[in-house]
Amino acid sequence: MNAVWASGLRKRYRKRTAVDGVSFSVARGEVLGLLGPNGAGKTTVIKMMLGLVRPDAGEVMLLGRPVKDPKARAEVGYLPELFRYQPWLTAKEVLDLHVRLAGAAVPEKERRDTLGLVGLGERTGDRVGGFSKGMQQRLGLAVALVARPQFVVLDEPTSALDPVGRADVRDIVLSLKERGVAVLLNSHLIGEVERVCDRVVILDKGRVAASGTLEELLGRSEVRLRLEKLTPEAEARLAQAGPVSRDGETITVALTEPGVDLIPDLVADLVALGVRVHAVEPGRVSLEDRLLDILGSDR
Amino acid sequence: MTVLTFAALTLREASRRKVLRALAVLTVLLLGLSAWGFHTLVTKEFDGAQLTSGELRLIASQLLNLVMFGLSLIAALGTAFLAGPTLSGEMESGVALSIMARPIRRSTVLAGKWLGLVAFGGGFVALAGVAQFVIVYVTTGYWPTSPVTGLALLAFQTAVLLTLGLLFSTLISPMASGVVAVGLFGATWIAGVVGGVGRGLGNDSVAAVGTVSQVILPTDGLWRAAMYAFQDSTALLQFGGPAVRGGFPFLSDTPLTAAYLAWTVAWTLLVLGLAALVFRRRDL
Repeated sequence: MNAVWASGLRKRYRKRTAVDGVSFSVARGEVLGLLGPNGAGKTTVIKMMLGLVRPDAGEVMLLGRPVKDPKARAEVGYLPELFRYQPWLTAKEVLDLHVRLAGAAVPEKERRDTLGLVGLGERTGDRVGGFSKGMQQRLGLAVALVARPQFVVLDEPTSALDPVGRADVRDIVLSLKERGVAVLLNSHLIGEVERVCDRVVILDKGRVAASGTLEELLGRSEVRLRLEKLTPEAEARLAQAGPVSRDGETITVALTEPGVDLIPDLVADLVALGVRVHAVEPGRVSLEDRLLDILGSDR
Repeated sequence: MTVLTFAALTLREASRRKVLRALAVLTVLLLGLSAWGFHTLVTKEFDGAQLTSGELRLIASQLLNLVMFGLSLIAALGTAFLAGPTLSGEMESGVALSIMARPIRRSTVLAGKWLGLVAFGGGFVALAGVAQFVIVYVTTGYWPTSPVTGLALLAFQTAVLLTLGLLFSTLISPMASGVVAVGLFGATWIAGVVGGVGRGLGNDSVAAVGTVSQVILPTDGLWRAAMYAFQDSTALLQFGGPAVRGGFPFLSDTPLTAAYLAWTVAWTLLVLGLAALVFRRRDL
């Protein structure tokens, strides 16, 4: 079953069409990246998906319920792009409020742990009004995670974070994925998306410009090797992995099958065949190049 | 239950924001000044003699109404400026985004905030009003005719204004909604005074100004009924004359009618319903 299923979403603000016929879905346990330039309609799509903005047309099913039913949001965690929390409450009180509103039974210790996870363990009793932007974004992350969500929506979750914070967010997303929680990640940091997302939807001018798994979008991957003492058996093993081409000392193998173990397996086999391996360089078109390519061809 | 969560949250917000401190300072200032004034009134000699008990009751009635107007103004300003930011402020800042993404209805949030604000305004009116009554009683020996009815009507007046403030808050910016609500409150009060002058002069069309404005925004009608409950009716009969027939802004000749009360309740529900409707359709 899908965590979210959206079909034909449309939204106009006065004369400007913000979203024009966007359809997508996020499967349970899947991490979907939402990419696109500024003004592509990403945040509007997210808001329509959560019932915060009324679509002019289209349908959304959220965790198996139509989005118009407030219960659809019972197991949703959301970090908005505009993250602001009641400045007159403490971090702990904000979390308590959200747990109560979500109707979840989350023990005190788990709430504290959530604040600890985002790096606010020492600031639980401090008023949010005194928090820096980065700390407020961390609090927003805790709010999104605290009520044991099955679907987490992170809209630009690292916009105010330092590099350590960004790495923390990446780890959090990966651990959500491990626990089978679906995640929708909207981020300008393409590297971030590339590292954690299973699938990507690229929006441009309110429409879906491209979508698919990273492999589908980026095409086949390849590996460049520098080898010594290459035996015929070893060459046969290379050919088995995919078409081989040579450029001086560098051998490039275009890998025919997707798979994370492909390259380590190949290197292990080559070593077992007595080949001396000097360099292994996995390569493929980066998501950034592909994104610029897709957006460029659209203009 | 969620309604109560939001009511409690609104009360907590009111208690932690600076508006409460400002309200407290203004109230203490007003109460202190009135205590001084009432004390002076009793001890001072006018034309070589102190006031007779009848004169004192009439003047105490008027002055009490004047001070209660001050209190109602503070309550109105306080709640209107609390009601304004509570919705539009949260929508503008983004606080509403994470709240509304929870499994709750927008009408529940609105009802909870309304309830919290009514409790806040009502609590303020009751507390400050009783303190004022005690001050007047200790200094002049005057106790209002129907203190509970009067305070209930003042609390209702505050509720009417904050309901209007909430409706504006779903439509316009935080500051504007507070300013417009307080502006309308003042305008209706002036219209009420104009209407009173019209009645005093026997001019029906001028009197109609007050009546119409009291129907459009019932704050002034409730205020006049509250004044009627505070003032001493026997003293008014004795000394009043034409001033009581509506000409003087701090005396009232109009007790509350059941029809007006029913209209005010209906008005409040109508405006609250309209606010819920607007808020439900609003994009965040």
